[in-house]
Amino acid sequence: MSELPGDLKYSKSHEWVRVNDDGTVTVGITDHAQEQLGDMVYVEVPEQGRELEAEEACAVVESVKAASDVYTPLAGTVVEVNEALTDAPETVNQDAYGAGWLMKLKPASPDALDGLMDPDAYQAFIDAE
Amino acid sequence: MLIFEHSQSGRRATAQAPVDEAVVDDLPAELLRDDVPALPEVSEMQVVRHYTRLSQKNFSIDTEFYPLGSCTMKYNPRACNTLAMLPGFLAHHPLAPASEGQGVLACLYDLQEMLKGVTGMQAVSLAPAAGAQGEFAGVAMIRAYHDARGDAERDEILVPDAAHGTNPATATMCGYKVHEIPTGADGDVDVDALRAAVGPRTAGIMLTNPSTLGVFERRIEEIAGIVHNAGGLLYYDGANLNAILGKVRPGDMGFDVIHMNLHKTFSTPHGGGGPGAGPVGVSARLESFLPVPLVAFDGDEYSWITDRERPQSIGRLSAFAGNVGVLLRAYVYARMLGREGMHRVAEFATLNANYLMKRLQEAGFDLAFPDRRATHEFIVTLKRQQKEQGVSAMDVAKRLLDFGFHAPTTYFPMLVPECLLIEPTETESPEELDGFVEAMAKILDEAEQNPDHLHEAPHTRPVRRLDEVRAARELDLRWVAGGT
Repeated sequence: MSELPGDLKYSKSHEWVRVNDDGTVTVGITDHAQEQLGDMVYVEVPEQGRELEAEEACAVVESVKAASDVYTPLAGTVVEVNEALTDAPETVNQDAYGAGWLMKLKPASPDALDGLMDPDAYQAFIDAE
Repeated sequence: MLIFEHSQSGRRATAQAPVDEAVVDDLPAELLRDDVPALPEVSEMQVVRHYTRLSQKNFSIDTEFYPLGSCTMKYNPRACNTLAMLPGFLAHHPLAPASEGQGVLACLYDLQEMLKGVTGMQAVSLAPAAGAQGEFAGVAMIRAYHDARGDAERDEILVPDAAHGTNPATATMCGYKVHEIPTGADGDVDVDALRAAVGPRTAGIMLTNPSTLGVFERRIEEIAGIVHNAGGLLYYDGANLNAILGKVRPGDMGFDVIHMNLHKTFSTPHGGGGPGAGPVGVSARLESFLPVPLVAFDGDEYSWITDRERPQSIGRLSAFAGNVGVLLRAYVYARMLGREGMHRVAEFATLNANYLMKRLQEAGFDLAFPDRRATHEFIVTLKRQQKEQGVSAMDVAKRLLDFGFHAPTTYFPMLVPECLLIEPTETESPEELDGFVEAMAKILDEAEQNPDHLHEAPHTRPVRRLDEVRAARELDLRWVAGGT
């Protein structure tokens, strides 16, 4: 498995969060998650402008094995979604931390990232699973 | 090859040709078609060969062992079919008055009573026309119950993460939010997490017991107490009823509502989108909400109960009385088994599963829950083989086809990585189970010696490994003459 990017935060339900310069955050699913799910056949992203509570199911990734909910790791408003995934869901498999991002959020509060894991903690978490 | 592709212009099957041209002059001209429908033009023998060949490609319980976990692919005795097709049943018109259908109504009434007895519920409705509709009816009754009490704050249904996907789907369909409850390492519901999750918003919990992990929920009474004390109701998903038939009753465990999949436990035809039946049973507090029609018996005569007699009913789910033809098959099956026979179903289903589980473990397979006794099914995990040899659960499943066995359920439940969910059912012989173990042991050997052989499986079937990704992304569902 590829190395975990050091600048990201991770959730127990296998999402990653990147803090952008403009204060928004980008959310996607981890490489480990896409590997477990297998080849993606469909991705559904939330509507722009939707307000999300922390850990709310907000997107769906469907692979040949299963359809799974994606949970937002933090509360916030959806400011942008990755619409390219509708036509190219395989991007999540190919580039989970880059072009395979799902959505950008404006966090509801500045401490919204508290409680998420750093790369070492997430690595230990998936090793123990 | 489709039958359309055999077509030769002008070829006819004379046995099927109309004797006279139909007279249609009473239909409006604009509704009449002026071209001939594009039906295949083939001879009678071509038709016979085409469909016989297709039937030979079937992979079915009539030809092969079919240990598809969670689906209970048991043998359906032919007698169920034969007796349900007696002329008196086939010719019965659903609009005939009850006085003209006492025989059919008597069978349906007895089926209601037998299902009540074996599940320990207060009352049963046969109306739901499939398991999914039974689930819907069950949760709709939970909603109707809370609404009737003016308890409108309850907007959450609790669902363990091991549940079938239909449970959260049903709760959502009925307007509830789904709150997921985690599973402990031993395969039982995490009771502490449940305790923390219940409250004034809890409408109920949907539980499958035995769970999809192939283990019996040991703290079910405690769970029932926690949910009931919070004012919620307990829904029993009857998917795994086969394991406990006649042994333990959901009603005695504290459940308020249950749906039964007659195609699993009561030997009616499986799937294919065909007619189904998903009867629901309820405890006393939900009885008035049962879907109609129901069959009543006053000791002398059988009659229909409709929403006239049951104003609080969630109503009708379909025209008429559900899929009566399917219900009759279940009736015959239950009658043939009798009370003692139902016990034997559960006993042999669990015996076969535990025998198979033990033998596969001895053959070198890892069990997901080695410390637990299996119910009617169990889980093997290929996590180790995936890591060490790059052989996945899918590879093993596909290779099994070459040995003449249907694959177990793969990648469900999602909680166990690289899993095979294996359910032998009570209708398989020890010799058949031994044959399966032998094939699995060979596959394990191949995983070490020649993993590529598994990656490329199946080798002996009409089609090789299919491209599932392409199949899902580029749906090809319609044949077009001369098209691509």
